[in-house]
Amino acid sequence: MNKTLLVFRREFAGYFATPLAAVFLVVFLAVSTGMTFFVASFFDRGQADLTAFFLWHPWLYLVLMPAIGMRLWAEERRSGTIELLMTLPVRPWQLVVGKWLAAWAFAGLALALTAPLWITVNYLGSPDNGVILASYIGSWLMAGSFLAIAACISALTKNQVLAFIGAVVAGFVFVMAGFDLVLSAVRPWAPDIIVQAIASMSFIGHFQRITDGVLEAPALIFFTSLIVFALWLNVQALEARKAA
Amino acid sequence: MVLVETRALVKRFGAFTAVDGVTFKVNRGEVVGFLGPNGAGKSTTMKIIAGFLEPTSGEAFVAGHDSQTDPVAARRRLGYLPEGAPAYPDMTVGAFLEFVAAMRGLSRADARNRLAELVERVDLAEVWNRRFEALSKGFKRRVGIAQALVHDPDVLILDEPTDGLDPNQKHEMRELIRTLAPNKAIVVSTHILEEVEAICTRAIVIARGKLLADATPAELLARAPEPDPERQRLVRTTRLEDAFRHITLETAGS
Ligand SMILES: Nc1ncnc2c1ncn2[C@@H]1O[C@H](COP(=O)(O)OP(=O)(O)O)[C@@H](O)[C@H]1O
Ligand SMILES: [Mg+2]
Repeated sequence: MNKTLLVFRREFAGYFATPLAAVFLVVFLAVSTGMTFFVASFFDRGQADLTAFFLWHPWLYLVLMPAIGMRLWAEERRSGTIELLMTLPVRPWQLVVGKWLAAWAFAGLALALTAPLWITVNYLGSPDNGVILASYIGSWLMAGSFLAIAACISALTKNQVLAFIGAVVAGFVFVMAGFDLVLSAVRPWAPDIIVQAIASMSFIGHFQRITDGVLEAPALIFFTSLIVFALWLNVQALEARKAA
Repeated sequence: MVLVETRALVKRFGAFTAVDGVTFKVNRGEVVGFLGPNGAGKSTTMKIIAGFLEPTSGEAFVAGHDSQTDPVAARRRLGYLPEGAPAYPDMTVGAFLEFVAAMRGLSRADARNRLAELVERVDLAEVWNRRFEALSKGFKRRVGIAQALVHDPDVLILDEPTDGLDPNQKHEMRELIRTLAPNKAIVVSTHILEEVEAICTRAIVIARGKLLADATPAELLARAPEPDPERQRLVRTTRLEDAFRHITLETAGS
């Protein structure tokens, strides 16, 4: 069987080896639906759609995706199994992709478990299901971006807590990138192109364009290339540790 | 036939030199004892041969393949037991060994045959369905050895395979290594000297990263100084211990 898939299978099963997976899924469901109903006042809007649900995903993922991704490499380094893994006759990218895929699939599972919400809005009214599907895909891709960043940072340390904190901080930069607070701090001294570049890295900006309407190409390309780039960095981080 | 070779290996961690110009060769049929005090650079050298660490300078070869520039080919021929015999704590022994076999490219049928044979040989049947974290030290070590033998490699690099085992387990591990010896090139690190006499055809002594001796156990014995009767009365030492102390303390100090 393909080596990447083997790594994926082992890693995915690993999430369920402890009760932590169940705890995570429950927390994810509770917080994501809780925010929809209480913080975003789903009912007051009087509209049958899931805007209030997706609105919070960037913030939710900012904390929950690092929690899924932190152990990917840090735990291997702490327990020493990284020596086994890295001396198998495979290329580092096969390991990197397999591990990230496992985390991404786990996030996908958590997201899929919110399907009753989708069914509920269809029961209450007639939402634009195309937009909701696009939003789910966009949300999953954004989760993949957070996870790729977390995996990359996890490769730099053997301490899961440090990996978690590092991933939250890095994710925060991408979440905040589109806000005026950040942009106005940069604008006085940086050329316009830099300001625009920072604004275009905004997770919220790209994600909102998806949830607002169609699944447009730039947002998809943005998240996909960010994932590819972060995974490439993950490979580089592993190589760099060899020479350390 | 040379199956393991290092050429002027140097490894620095920052300003600290852990391995300092180590050169040696191991042929098929040899069991080389890698001896040295704690912190001598044994594990670091083995990690470089296995391709887990990159040397600061110098080269390491496994079956003619450079560990750095041709890593996948080198690793195909190598079985490696890392220090402490790590494995995934929440996997069962069976699932773990099946994972390693699949990653090593064995087909399902080949893996089943090979693992059945290994389970006999390394005596793992009773713990096959147990989680690794729940195993005793002896079984953990055996799982580590089994993992290194799954693909019947030509080269075995074993970092302290008997560390932490009781005398009976040590004896079994040595017997296993001896039965494997004729067809492979084996490097075993240890700081237990009796191990060298028991299983090694050759001993390489390193201390503070430098290779100090590369000789048969008999030749090493010949380097032992005359025993000092005063000291012998306090603590009885073997000739090999005397030789080891002489080489690692006095030679390195000078
Ligand atoms: N990653 C590392 N960073 C810094 N120093 C290290 C690292 N790994 C090993 N060392 C140091 O290198 C020396 C040799 O270590 P090692 O090869 O593990 O010795 P041995 O296996 O012979 O006991 C030790 O002093 C150790 O502290
Ligand atoms: Mg060691």
